[in-house]
Amino acid sequence: MTANREFFYRKLHSLLGVIPLGAFLFVHFMVNYQAVQGPEAYNAAAKMMEHLPFLLVLEFVLIYIPILFHGIYGLYIAFQARNNTSTYGYFRNWMFRLQRITGVIVIIFVAWHVWDTRIAKALGQEVNFNMMADIVDNPVALVLYIVSIAAASFHLANGLWSFAVTWGITVSPRSQQIATYVTMAIFVIMSFIGIRAILAFV
Amino acid sequence: MSEKTIRLIIKRQKDTNSAPYEETFEIPYRENMNVISALMEIRRNPVNVEGKDTTAVAWDSSCLEEVCGACSMIINGKARQSCTALIDQLEQPIRLAPMATFPVVRDLVVDRRRMFDSLKRVKAWIPIDGTYDLGPGPRMPEAKRQWAYELSKCMTCGVCLQACPNVNSKSEFIGPAPLSQVRLFNAHPTGAMHKAERLNTIMEGEGGLTNCGNSQNCVQACPKGIPLTTSIAALNRDTTLQSFKNFFGSDQV
Repeated sequence: MTANREFFYRKLHSLLGVIPLGAFLFVHFMVNYQAVQGPEAYNAAAKMMEHLPFLLVLEFVLIYIPILFHGIYGLYIAFQARNNTSTYGYFRNWMFRLQRITGVIVIIFVAWHVWDTRIAKALGQEVNFNMMADIVDNPVALVLYIVSIAAASFHLANGLWSFAVTWGITVSPRSQQIATYVTMAIFVIMSFIGIRAILAFV
Repeated sequence: MSEKTIRLIIKRQKDTNSAPYEETFEIPYRENMNVISALMEIRRNPVNVEGKDTTAVAWDSSCLEEVCGACSMIINGKARQSCTALIDQLEQPIRLAPMATFPVVRDLVVDRRRMFDSLKRVKAWIPIDGTYDLGPGPRMPEAKRQWAYELSKCMTCGVCLQACPNVNSKSEFIGPAPLSQVRLFNAHPTGAMHKAERLNTIMEGEGGLTNCGNSQNCVQACPKGIPLTTSIAALNRDTTLQSFKNFFGSDQV
């Protein structure tokens, strides 16, 4: 195992991006989408999540630790690349580059987002509809949220594509092509859910 | 009557450690020239565009029919073989540079030793030596032989390494070419006897298979049309299974 450390870290990085982080992002967006039905529905959904048993353990095991590993190791991977889309402007090379750009956007956003919501909660603020409405009342914050939601959706969708390659699920060119269509549909759907939800707070 | 000429801007370098510089040449046009014959013309009369005598530009080449891989260089931005780069099909001025992934020996000559070291690392051969006559190996089905032939076209030219964003000075990645050779030799009926060993080699240490970031430039850039990304994905499947076997143990060797 020690000899295969890089292999293990890379595979772990790929796995954590989907389970639990991808699953978490989907649940997060679904809870947010309750805001479309009004403040009461959103507050009820947020309450439900807050009252899950073993909440702190769940948060650390399923969110904080995976996000730190995936984010920090991901930065290492992103800055190891020497991007060359100007010479080799192929579709997949652009997706490769965008995966790294969106990853950096998302990790910066998550740091700010955690500060604004989780740390604020720890300092005594209540997480509810009004809290989010206050944040996105600032048009700059709203734009940053929309960009970051789209970036996170892309990073997850395209990450699913490379997950399928990394684990040897899609091997043939045709299967990878079909996976491109499916994952780009996931990108559009996730962006729609996420952006419609944030607009409900405006 | 004005003579037609060919203008070449060449990135030159005296030796491995000296600073690179550009030198422009203008040579008389002839029909059906390739980059090699243009370089031969410069060698015949090494005078740059300013009319100054200079040293002849050094380059590497051997087969002149795109099967040896020696004459790879960056031609108008993209890495390819200079023997099949026809002057009539190139935009002028023609810019030539050595491939950046490899140490420069002089001018356009690079040292591709790292690729041969990688082939040794992954044991890209079939061991058939024994202390006694081992006899004939298992037969290979004709359909599989034809399939494997495509992978065997690799000439270690280095174009895929140059195109890969993850092969650079910040990374140890061995690149697509030697990985595809692992698939080739694992597919051979006799080579398959060392399948696990080759798979473990590309999983161990730094710079192995998982360094691939799926930009898929390699398969687009490969002059031989080798399905490099399919090889990489197939190896991902094989190494995933191999890692489970390594960790959990297996009833099969």
